[in-house]
Amino acid sequence: MRLTICALALLPPLAAQVSFDRLRQSDSEPGNWLTYSGAYSARRYSGLNQIDRANVRQLRPVWVYQMQTTERVETSPLVVDGVMYLSEPGGSVTALDTLTGRPLWKYVRTVRKEARGCCGQVNRGVAILNDMVYVGAFDSHLVALDIKSGIVRWDVEVGEPKLGYSITAAPLALKDKIVVGIAGGEYGVRGFLDAYDARTGARAWRFWTVPAPGEPGSETWSGGSAKIGAAPTWVTGAYDPGRNTVFWGTGNPGPDWNGDARLGDNLYSDCLLALDGDTGRLKWYFQFTPHDTHDWDSTEVPVLADAVVRGEKHQAVLFGNRNAFYYVLDRGTGKFLAGRPFARQTWAKGLDDSGKPIRLPDSEPTPEGAKIYPDLAGGTNWFSPSYSPQTNLFYVPSRDVGGVYLKGNAEYKPGAQFNGGGQSPIVGEDPVGAIRALAPDTGELKWEFKLHSDAGAGVLSTAGNLVFAGTNEGDFLALDASTGRPLWHFQTGAVINANPVSYLSAGRQQVAIASGNSIFAFALVDQ
Amino acid sequence: MRLACIVLSFAFAATGQVVPFDPEYVIPKENPRTTPADLKAGRQLFLGQCARCHGSNGEGGRGAVLAHPRLRHAPDDEALFLVIRDGIKGTEMPAGFAVDTRETWQLVAYVRSLGRIAPEQLPGDPKRGRQLYQSQGHCSQCHIVHGEGGSLGPELTEIGSRRSAAHLRAALLNPASTLPEGFLQVRLITRQGLGITGLRLNEDTFSIQIVDLNGGLHSFFKDDLKELQRETGKSPMPGVQSTFSPAQVDDLVAYLASLRGNE
Repeated sequence: MRLTICALALLPPLAAQVSFDRLRQSDSEPGNWLTYSGAYSARRYSGLNQIDRANVRQLRPVWVYQMQTTERVETSPLVVDGVMYLSEPGGSVTALDTLTGRPLWKYVRTVRKEARGCCGQVNRGVAILNDMVYVGAFDSHLVALDIKSGIVRWDVEVGEPKLGYSITAAPLALKDKIVVGIAGGEYGVRGFLDAYDARTGARAWRFWTVPAPGEPGSETWSGGSAKIGAAPTWVTGAYDPGRNTVFWGTGNPGPDWNGDARLGDNLYSDCLLALDGDTGRLKWYFQFTPHDTHDWDSTEVPVLADAVVRGEKHQAVLFGNRNAFYYVLDRGTGKFLAGRPFARQTWAKGLDDSGKPIRLPDSEPTPEGAKIYPDLAGGTNWFSPSYSPQTNLFYVPSRDVGGVYLKGNAEYKPGAQFNGGGQSPIVGEDPVGAIRALAPDTGELKWEFKLHSDAGAGVLSTAGNLVFAGTNEGDFLALDASTGRPLWHFQTGAVINANPVSYLSAGRQQVAIASGNSIFAFALVDQ
Repeated sequence: MRLACIVLSFAFAATGQVVPFDPEYVIPKENPRTTPADLKAGRQLFLGQCARCHGSNGEGGRGAVLAHPRLRHAPDDEALFLVIRDGIKGTEMPAGFAVDTRETWQLVAYVRSLGRIAPEQLPGDPKRGRQLYQSQGHCSQCHIVHGEGGSLGPELTEIGSRRSAAHLRAALLNPASTLPEGFLQVRLITRQGLGITGLRLNEDTFSIQIVDLNGGLHSFFKDDLKELQRETGKSPMPGVQSTFSPAQVDDLVAYLASLRGNE
């Protein structure tokens, strides 16, 4: 007992208040990782530079935390004042001491049996505001936990799990609200993005991503298809406090691969939405893939940065899309500024002046199967890109993989999958990919680091001029952020399907990543 | 082992847990979709989604032979429904992603009908084939059957239930034409000048593991290699046309087709 007390005395003070001001100014405290993407700008950039190009070879694991799960782990932890807050599959949460990797408390979520989802009970992270930790559970509940103990403060249902609503995304805390998106694009749900009162759990606003009959955008759905039109919101977006605007991507229209019954552009599927943070009112939208029939959700992370396009500086949104195109949009208006492919694609000749794809023939699913690049998992996917203000480069984990798209029947039944086809791999073609560095203003390729297989994990850039990435084969690696040259790697022993983060633990920089069912934390070790 | 060659990866979950189409669906013990129209629809689905691996008539290929009255992973219709819907863990057989419940049952009906087709009559003599396999062919130097033999090549104990006679014949005459998924012969030279030819066991961005043609295991960081050649489409197995007569090839095919594990 005495030993325990002595050990605890060495730990940093736990659970400081995380105010909205701290979240808004997170760049000024790089020792913490306060939101899903590290800052409201969603750049997944760490201002820490203790680990740099010269010493990264001395990076070693300092602890490993193993989850008791066989589910896929996609979590991206938060770190506040030496404590890591980690979501686990289904919506469980663990607080870990970052010095030792030992748990401080656990919230175990028992997922209701009626919950369902396309892709396992994944969970990508938590949000923190003031003295509470927020997690979306797989059975479509938003739960607020006491930051010191993990005890439930409130628990509200966001969508009906029986209909296919689930939550896999990390919530985003802003002002006095918690914004949370839903999954369910394969179940014919009607998508939405919600905000809840952080203190009480009362719903503050909802933006339906598929309009009701008569509302603007409803004319882009034929027949009664809109009410089962999907457009889920399953990856965390960005926030511009100055504009009080939430930027959030939307997913595929349903059914995925058969668009015959939903003729039209199918708004607001496959869009970037700009919503008022107080009311959820739509300010603008940009649709990347009108009338999608390939499951190319636009739920990738929107990154807020400046871009100089044709000599003019813009506050911009940078977006690497699953459809294999990179986009630069004006943050105030949503106007398309620039774009080009960043990964192998065969479906579009290019983008027109407004950013709409110029489609090529034979790029639709057929009953016999049509070979198209990219495959349904896309040129990139949910895993995070990164933007470094130090190098002024946009880093995107990329996939150059094709698929054979099949068109099939689509019959809606509440709570059942509603797909309308599928996609098989191209026999004899190995999936390949790379970490790519793009010029943020144009999308021009500056360098690439080829991976053994396709990308499946996010990237982190740091002020140490490094880019950290993970691979399907379990390698966690560091690249020179300016050149892409590999500088360090560590074999974790299991697939990496998560995003790296960086923070300080007792004044020492750590980098952490989930691999398999574990979290690995790395720090410099004196030789 | 692909019955429904469809990837289960909507939101990027190629290796994710398979989730039932409808958790409330109670699977009946017997197939509710067995009319001639269901069989016809099942055939159409099979040709579009399954035949690439299992052959147009279930004769097998990359996937298992389905023209057989008893399927190892699917002793009854309920089990076959689950195999099509959920795939078989640890094999190449993925979950049936593009088919709904009705279509899955139609596929079950069609696959069962394949098992009622008379088994292929082969011209060779399996007993003579077995002798050739063990003597002149030297096949057991590289292949294990019922626990006996070398391990460089694929195990053949159940090869007759997993590959059609046509596939086996092609593998004997031109081994490179029937390489299994992921098979790769490599030739590498280390920085010290050591050259090794072997088969890739594993690879990641920074390292590669191989077995050389004598069965020796090696692992290298790619930085330590001067050269790494991927000999795609090559096989260390010699074709048998120069060593065996056509009749002897028939015998070997008949022997391999008779290898069905402990059936």
